[in-house]
Amino acid sequence: MKPKNQRLVLVIAAAAAALVAVLLAMWGLKDRASYFYTPADIAAGKAEPGKAVRLGGMVEKGSITRQADGVTIRFVMTDGKAETPVTFRGITPDLFREGSGAVAEGRIENGTFVADTILAKHDERYMPPELGNLAAEHKAGKTLEK
Amino acid sequence: MIAEAGLAALWLAAALAAFQMTLMITALRGEVAVARTMRGIAIVQGALSLISFAMLLLVFARTDLSVALVVENSHSAKPFIYKVAGAWGNHEGSMLLWVMILAVAGAFLGLFSRRTSERTLIAALGAQATLALGFYAFLLIASNPFARLSPAPFEGQGLNPLLQDPGLAFHPPTLYFGYVGLSVAFSLAVGALLTNEVDARLARAMRPWVLGAWIFLTLGITAGSYWAYYELGWGGYWFWDPVENASLMPWLAATALLHSINVLAARGALKAWTMMLAVVAFSMSMVGTFLVRSGILTSVHAFAIDPERGTFLLALLAIYVGAAFVLFALRGATLKEGAPFELVSRESGLVVNNLILSVILGVVFVGTLYPLFVEAVSGEKLSVGAPYFNLVAGPLALVLAALVGIGPLLSWRRERRPVLKQLTVPALLGVTALVITVIVAPGIRILPRLGFSVAAYLAAASILPLFGRNPLRTPLATWGMAVAHFGIAVALFGMAANAAFTSERLAVARAGEILDVGPWRVQLQDVTPTAGKNWTALEAELKASRGQGVIILRPQTRYFSDPPTETSEAAIETFWNGQLYTIIGKPDLGGGWQLRLWWKPFVTLIWAGGALIALGGALALAGRLWLLRRRRKADADDWRQVRYA
Repeated sequence: MKPKNQRLVLVIAAAAAALVAVLLAMWGLKDRASYFYTPADIAAGKAEPGKAVRLGGMVEKGSITRQADGVTIRFVMTDGKAETPVTFRGITPDLFREGSGAVAEGRIENGTFVADTILAKHDERYMPPELGNLAAEHKAGKTLEK
Repeated sequence: MIAEAGLAALWLAAALAAFQMTLMITALRGEVAVARTMRGIAIVQGALSLISFAMLLLVFARTDLSVALVVENSHSAKPFIYKVAGAWGNHEGSMLLWVMILAVAGAFLGLFSRRTSERTLIAALGAQATLALGFYAFLLIASNPFARLSPAPFEGQGLNPLLQDPGLAFHPPTLYFGYVGLSVAFSLAVGALLTNEVDARLARAMRPWVLGAWIFLTLGITAGSYWAYYELGWGGYWFWDPVENASLMPWLAATALLHSINVLAARGALKAWTMMLAVVAFSMSMVGTFLVRSGILTSVHAFAIDPERGTFLLALLAIYVGAAFVLFALRGATLKEGAPFELVSRESGLVVNNLILSVILGVVFVGTLYPLFVEAVSGEKLSVGAPYFNLVAGPLALVLAALVGIGPLLSWRRERRPVLKQLTVPALLGVTALVITVIVAPGIRILPRLGFSVAAYLAAASILPLFGRNPLRTPLATWGMAVAHFGIAVALFGMAANAAFTSERLAVARAGEILDVGPWRVQLQDVTPTAGKNWTALEAELKASRGQGVIILRPQTRYFSDPPTETSEAAIETFWNGQLYTIIGKPDLGGGWQLRLWWKPFVTLIWAGGALIALGGALALAGRLWLLRRRRKADADDWRQVRYA
């Protein structure tokens, strides 16, 4: 192959690789990106049942109950505007508490959020960025209620 | 005083970097003689940044509470090793470490590089100093690690307990050596593009840096994976967390570069492509640093949230990457292609390797940044996780692993021998493995099944290049390649075994109760309180047995007071054929304890494979450096000629 043609082939191959990467990514992202919702979004029916989503909010005070098997819990996630019941089977993360922020990954099934994973803040300073505003709004909402 | 000395050294280093930049411009305008001092200045600049970092270590070692950074990230009751490691376990300190490695790499380039022409070396040192200057500015303007706090408080706020682990002392610096080692490849590429001297000599000068950086990245990723595995207590080795991807992306680019640079060094071909990869690899390092350090991501690792710093880093990233790409666009087209090659040849094999790695890099890049893009455009929040990455990157990685068996058997320029014939035995092994998995475990998913098959085939195929050779005469680089490729097979087997055969048990147990997991019977003996230097804990005693012999495991839940935090300390027992992984959770009301148990067959092979891959790199690097040494004399003569011409 002549050097000039060789370069052309290489350029075409590189362009094709870039194109394949973008198309593959778009196809993969189409139904595998999980959206972040608040309980208010869930109440408004934004989350399609059965599809993987993330739910963020505050764990309602006094709402955590443990089921008979000892490893399943139910609790209520709230954002001050609406509430979503959540079930989770597993060991809750360190610092998962009533009254503090959490993000649950899972899906809506029959009106309940079934969580596969629960993320809570790891220390006093860490807060999932998505919850930054929410915490402020929640506090504001609380003062209004009072 | 110590803090001020550190700050002063930082300012001086920044001034020298700025001076180097002007020297580079002078040299490029033809007055090379003026820039003779460049090497010396690069070395002094490196030394100054090293002093600055040493001062930071010192204030942390002494827990000097008049320095704000120490107050925010340390505590007098911390074990000494974590006091020192705490120096880079935070934003400012880690950025100082970053720029220190960058400057010291520049100094080493000035000290040891004899292979490129003087003009290119001066341009490369100038480019390296320009990179350093941006990060010095970032530290001095937006992230001063030496800022004082007045009045000084009586006690520090402590370090995140998750970070109080030997992994912390080892993991970030290792990754940074990798990230920043790639900066030298970037600077050499920019220098050579500026002076129009992209050739095999440049590739041979660049290769040890790329290899070194790649070894550190490989080790860093492997260690980080193991750290997440035992420290987070989730039992997984890779979460496709954006911070993990931030280290994976430079690794993918560096792996591609590592392969294409051999084509440039041996055949003078793939010039533009290799320069492009050198630019992309370090750009990915900067993207990674930006993602982690700007706190822009939802991630367990994103500790700092500070938009101003993020903007600064983003601007640096845009300037450096943008300028490098403009330069590439201007000069890339004028590069003459080297020796031609045919469709079936070692060169083509390496091009295919590069294309697949680039596609994997592309899909990981898009998946990692997509959430940021969507949020910026529509305000909607979303995350992209394992289901996406496994789907798009998994099959590609398997195809690549299959081709890894073929590439090294091809000869340069054109291949006339029937290469596939050599692969009969490996192919038979692969098919046998496939048949065995179908018989033994008909239920497992397709990806792990193919993983077993490809691992068996590649384990045999990877050592074929060593056959028919005198082992003592075989170059170390060839040994390194075989070991690294064999490492891929080992890691792949571990991943497939982990995906296909992990057994998990989650239950509540009272003292004396027995739980089964995989081949194991695990009995909860008791739960008792215990304490360490800066924590208290509840510790379970578990008695585990599978037939003969009993072992004891003691998983803990630890409570740290500064800052108040709980962490779960898994108890893990390693056997030749797997790991028993145990976690203790919360108590239930009836006096029982949540226990989570995993039996993970052959999971350790994942990290053993990673270590083998790094070892292969180390062998190749040793071989290359030894050859360089032998050729040095000829080169030194060459250098003197240029210098005194």
